[in-house]
Amino acid sequence: MSTTDTTDTTAKTTETGHRSLLVKQGNAGARAVKNRFATGVLTAAMAIAVVPLLLIIWEVTRRGIGAIHWDFFTTDEPSYRQEGGYRAGFVGTAYVMGGAILMSVPLGLATAIYVVEYGRETRAGRRLSDLIRFFTDVMTGIPSIFVGLFVYGFLVSSTGGLGQGFNAFAGSVAIAIIMLPIVARSSEEMLKLVPDEWRNASYALGASKSRTVLTTVLPAAAPGLATGSMLAVARGAGETAPLIMTILGSQYLVSSYFEGAQGAVPLQIYRGARQQFEAGIERAWGGALSLFLLVLILVVLARWLGSKANKLK
Amino acid sequence: MSATLSRQRKRIADPAFRWFVTLAGASVFVILAGMVIRTTNDAWPIFQYQGFFSFLTGDQWLAGSSRTDSDFTGTYGAWPFIYGTLVTALIAIVIALPLALCVAFYINQLAPKRLRNPLSYSVEMLAAVPSIIFGMWGFFWLLPNVLRPFLEWLESTFGWINLAGWKPFEGPVFGSSYLAAGIVLAIMILPIITAIVREVIAVNPVDQQHAAYALGATRFEVMRKVVLPSSFSGIVAASMLGLGRAVGETVAVMMLIGSTKSWDGSLLSAGDSMAAHIAARFGEATPETTKALMAIGVVLFLFTMIINIGARLLVWRIGRVSGDAAV
Amino acid sequence: MSVFDVQGLGVAYGSFTAVKDISLEIPRNKVTALIGPSGCGKSTVLRCLNRMNDLMDATVSGKIIYNGEDIYGPEVDAAEVRRRIGMVFQRPNPFPKSIYENVAFGPRLNGFKGDLDQLVEESLRSVALWDEVKDKLDDPGTALSGGQQQRLCIARAIAVQPDVLLMDEPCSALDPIATLKIEDLIRQLESSYSIVIVTHNMQQAARVSEMTAFFSVDIDDEHGMRTGALVEYDTTEKIFNNPGNTRTEDYISGRFG
Repeated sequence: MSTTDTTDTTAKTTETGHRSLLVKQGNAGARAVKNRFATGVLTAAMAIAVVPLLLIIWEVTRRGIGAIHWDFFTTDEPSYRQEGGYRAGFVGTAYVMGGAILMSVPLGLATAIYVVEYGRETRAGRRLSDLIRFFTDVMTGIPSIFVGLFVYGFLVSSTGGLGQGFNAFAGSVAIAIIMLPIVARSSEEMLKLVPDEWRNASYALGASKSRTVLTTVLPAAAPGLATGSMLAVARGAGETAPLIMTILGSQYLVSSYFEGAQGAVPLQIYRGARQQFEAGIERAWGGALSLFLLVLILVVLARWLGSKANKLK
Repeated sequence: MSATLSRQRKRIADPAFRWFVTLAGASVFVILAGMVIRTTNDAWPIFQYQGFFSFLTGDQWLAGSSRTDSDFTGTYGAWPFIYGTLVTALIAIVIALPLALCVAFYINQLAPKRLRNPLSYSVEMLAAVPSIIFGMWGFFWLLPNVLRPFLEWLESTFGWINLAGWKPFEGPVFGSSYLAAGIVLAIMILPIITAIVREVIAVNPVDQQHAAYALGATRFEVMRKVVLPSSFSGIVAASMLGLGRAVGETVAVMMLIGSTKSWDGSLLSAGDSMAAHIAARFGEATPETTKALMAIGVVLFLFTMIINIGARLLVWRIGRVSGDAAV
Repeated sequence: MSVFDVQGLGVAYGSFTAVKDISLEIPRNKVTALIGPSGCGKSTVLRCLNRMNDLMDATVSGKIIYNGEDIYGPEVDAAEVRRRIGMVFQRPNPFPKSIYENVAFGPRLNGFKGDLDQLVEESLRSVALWDEVKDKLDDPGTALSGGQQQRLCIARAIAVQPDVLLMDEPCSALDPIATLKIEDLIRQLESSYSIVIVTHNMQQAARVSEMTAFFSVDIDDEHGMRTGALVEYDTTEKIFNNPGNTRTEDYISGRFG
């Protein structure tokens, strides 16, 4: 009897006669259980979320790797033969993205420069830049297919539009509209990181505002600006829907930028995946893998540049 | 001499640069206005012909073949597509939001410190994966290996459920369906919502969390009573942005929803969404149909605008979440 | 009788050793000050006393015996430790809630069954804040002045009726008048709580504490390592008037070593 008693008391109080830390008081036990349960749920959720994403990477790699060889990048896709690759798509994507970058990056950057450097000067300017920021945010949410419809109606269509027909330029315009808000918003964040003392130092040397922006602010923010633009390119390069109504797609290499339907990798994947024969589907997986790698490289590169930019802080 | 020249050049260069960047800023409004006007203008004859209300609620869609603006021959009730968009987007958000919350909290609060950065980078990377890849994987791998057996199981187990005439799991099972598209959409928007939520809870002040810990709060209580309340509007905004993405998504849905022109209460039925229908029919469209597809586009635009402006206003109220994660 | 018996405490963050080999006994119902130059590890030691360091992925070695039990013992729940050992931080950190809810936060968590209004009032009275805020208990805690916020944080900590109060430079963000008020408060609270205060202000340590521990940085030139160490621990009077160690003397007299 005495043994049970002593073990009991030592469990409840310490040598100094205080209540032991091991004694759960009031609701403490229930709280600890709840906490363990929540920890379990969160960990399980993480595992559940990771599984499909790992499966995607695994499946795209497994089925795509077989299709990727030198010919995949250097030959065009025949309609019903085994051989052939996505050359037309790669060239087309390069055309479309090249144009889109040339349009969206300068425009987005200039927008950010206005908002950060010029918009703060006057009250009207502040109001305008608030509106610009709000609507660029809203623009990121516009469905890409709607952008495609607009560019079709504006440039491609001959009833009511400019009637230029399907071409790479129309695709560039659509992708540029999708990239513009991403470039503008991320550039804005990066320009804000440049300390005001640097601007003041430049003014103190007698430099004008434009000179200060171009020779002091932009070089200082350059790595960060590149990050935002590369993330925008990663987003733009994978877009499929707006290309259906702007470049239409082509299995064969088209060298003109302004004339004739053009191909693109996402479009070829989309069409390849709907084909009935194995070779076409395999090529689609090859295209998916190359697109995935392209996006991966862009994002990793962007993050690496971004981590350099963060040192500005 | 050269000094005056350069001063003169400066006097021109500075205002010229100012004008250039101001115009660039204003271009956002021009582009947005252009988009709204151009598409609405093209869609207008269809709304006039069909009536805006009956365009939204009619459930029969028969494409016509007129080449002019007047002698339309089709019937344009877009309800089946509106319904498909709403159902797939809702399924996606219902699945993705709780998971995204848990993952974001896991990364931010539970994961070992050295894993937090790699994990959040991976999430951001996955958020950038093109939707065509999700669509392909969903169609060629998930559908035959997981979804079809799962849908068949749902049908055989819950097929009898009848809620005042609504039978959510009624057969037959084709595979491609609202539910299949919704699940793939959920997987697709999961990293997008997670990235934003993670960023929202990351700005929660650490010293308030420490204050709660110092009062004897458990980790769960800190998340539940300190982090969650002050991140609430940010989380709502993140889910609305995710919803916006799901509503506007085209190719992934197109590959999994089954592309029919009818609509059905059962989640296991095939259907179509607004974006998917536009993309699928655009290639073969006559001028009249093209206008009708434009009209669907305008409705889709209105939907996403309402969701987005709501979300942005919320985000703005709580202060900015930095640019690139909100992509 | 001591409330804490720290035995051979060492703390490392990854490969960086913040402090090592700290041993000291902290007396019950007295004010003990931890002083020393920045980087000497005084805050690190303080954060060990209620296991706040667990949140910073610190590796802790040695023992901290609290009322006869090691708080780092394998069965001990850190949350339970923190319920007994309250903490006040460097910067006032009220929750974005009302004044009332700030104080009630801890009791609510702990499932307090008594009269909550009364507990809130008592807690606010004991930090001499009641008269200033009794008519605006529903105002946000963040709307108060810095000094009031810090007193609110102390009230929040004592509302869970802890045994010990740890204070991590509680006045460093405050103006001199607010600082004096907090110092008065510390002297009043001493009868009910054991208090450990970290401060970079030597006059403050001299004014409020009975015991003072002086920490300094050991620099290992060979490896370029800087590690915090306890140099001297004694009554405040002895440390300030007749220090036993020349490094303490240099620091106290402003020559700093």
